[in-house]
Amino acid sequence: MFKTPDYSHITSQDCQLVYEPAEDTFLLLDALEKEFETLQNLRPLICVEVGCGAGVVITFLASLLKSDTLCFGTDINYNAAQLSQKTSNQNGMTVNTIVSDLVNALQPRLNGLIDVLIFNPPYVLTPSEEVGSRDIVASWAGGIDGRQVIDRILPIIPTVLSPKGVFYLLILKENKQDEIEDIMNSHGFEMAVVLQRRTGPERLSVLKFTRIDMTYA
Amino acid sequence: MFLTVFRRMKLLTHNMLTSHVKGVTNGYPLNIEAKDVRVQEVDFNPEFIARMIPKMEYEVLVQAAQSVGHLGNLPPELVTDYENNDEFLKEAHRVMMMVEVVEGSLVCPESGRKFPISNGIPNMLLNEDEV
Ligand SMILES: C[S@@+](CC[C@H](N)C(=O)[O-])C[C@H]1O[C@@H](n2cnc3c(N)ncnc32)[C@H](O)[C@@H]1O
Repeated sequence: MFKTPDYSHITSQDCQLVYEPAEDTFLLLDALEKEFETLQNLRPLICVEVGCGAGVVITFLASLLKSDTLCFGTDINYNAAQLSQKTSNQNGMTVNTIVSDLVNALQPRLNGLIDVLIFNPPYVLTPSEEVGSRDIVASWAGGIDGRQVIDRILPIIPTVLSPKGVFYLLILKENKQDEIEDIMNSHGFEMAVVLQRRTGPERLSVLKFTRIDMTYA
Repeated sequence: MFLTVFRRMKLLTHNMLTSHVKGVTNGYPLNIEAKDVRVQEVDFNPEFIARMIPKMEYEVLVQAAQSVGHLGNLPPELVTDYENNDEFLKEAHRVMMMVEVVEGSLVCPESGRKFPISNGIPNMLLNEDEV
């Protein structure tokens, strides 16, 4: 129904520096499209994608929500922030990109103000030492259970999301969905699975978290 | 295809950024040292601006506009009933959305740490010894 953003400007050289849009990226686009009505009803004012990479996802979200929404993209990799900027421009969208660790630079200002937060994290199981780089390795290196970056964002969610806010997280089966659900339950959030897909050896899911009790916020 | 327009750091974004250098208790607002500032046309969406205003630190917006030399007619204090004041919303739109910093730095008010803005993208990352 909605057009995938044009990313024909991305060169093979870019792909050596920045995560190239792949199956996980497209699953996230499909999940957002499936959520279009929910998103529209939410009337989000502020949306943030953490780890925006080549910028296709946040550009797509910006195109769904038009100029009624302020979109930020953060990445720990400078080249990714720059490429995201290009991708949004190429598609006539405005995305404000920032080089930051998670949402750090936007806190505390955006605490309680983010209506939609999206993260396709580095989810691959790797040795711990590989986590924490600021180059292309940061695209996939997830450490133990592929959870070392995921586990840093989960506790921040209750602080940054607005009362009606939604958090979309893409994970791999090996990231242990049940454990993630338990952690988020303990923060007062409930989980739903928006989409699941098997691509090659990877079993990917897009999870959605919302507050169990809005008065909890 | 669209005629590609390059977007840079807006004063709206500046309004949301804080320095978290270790030991700093108040890293907000960041001072702007701008080397290259541009004003670019952006479609005016009054409803969006009116919804955004209560989320802004208005004084910081005024200071920021002043420091880059683009305050124009933005009133120093937020007018009452701004939702219905088209003239005000247009000025706020210009300052929030159209004034963009291409090159320069954001400076932590407490530690003096400079965060570079290059190609319109602020780099807020800290070194290992700063966190
Ligand atoms: C799997 S890639 C996803 C890229 C893009 N969102 C997509 O869907 O194609 C993960 C992205 O997260 C970024 N990243 C990793 N750790 C991060 C952190 N701590 N803060 C911000 N971004 C991070 C990486 O640089 C990379 O761009």
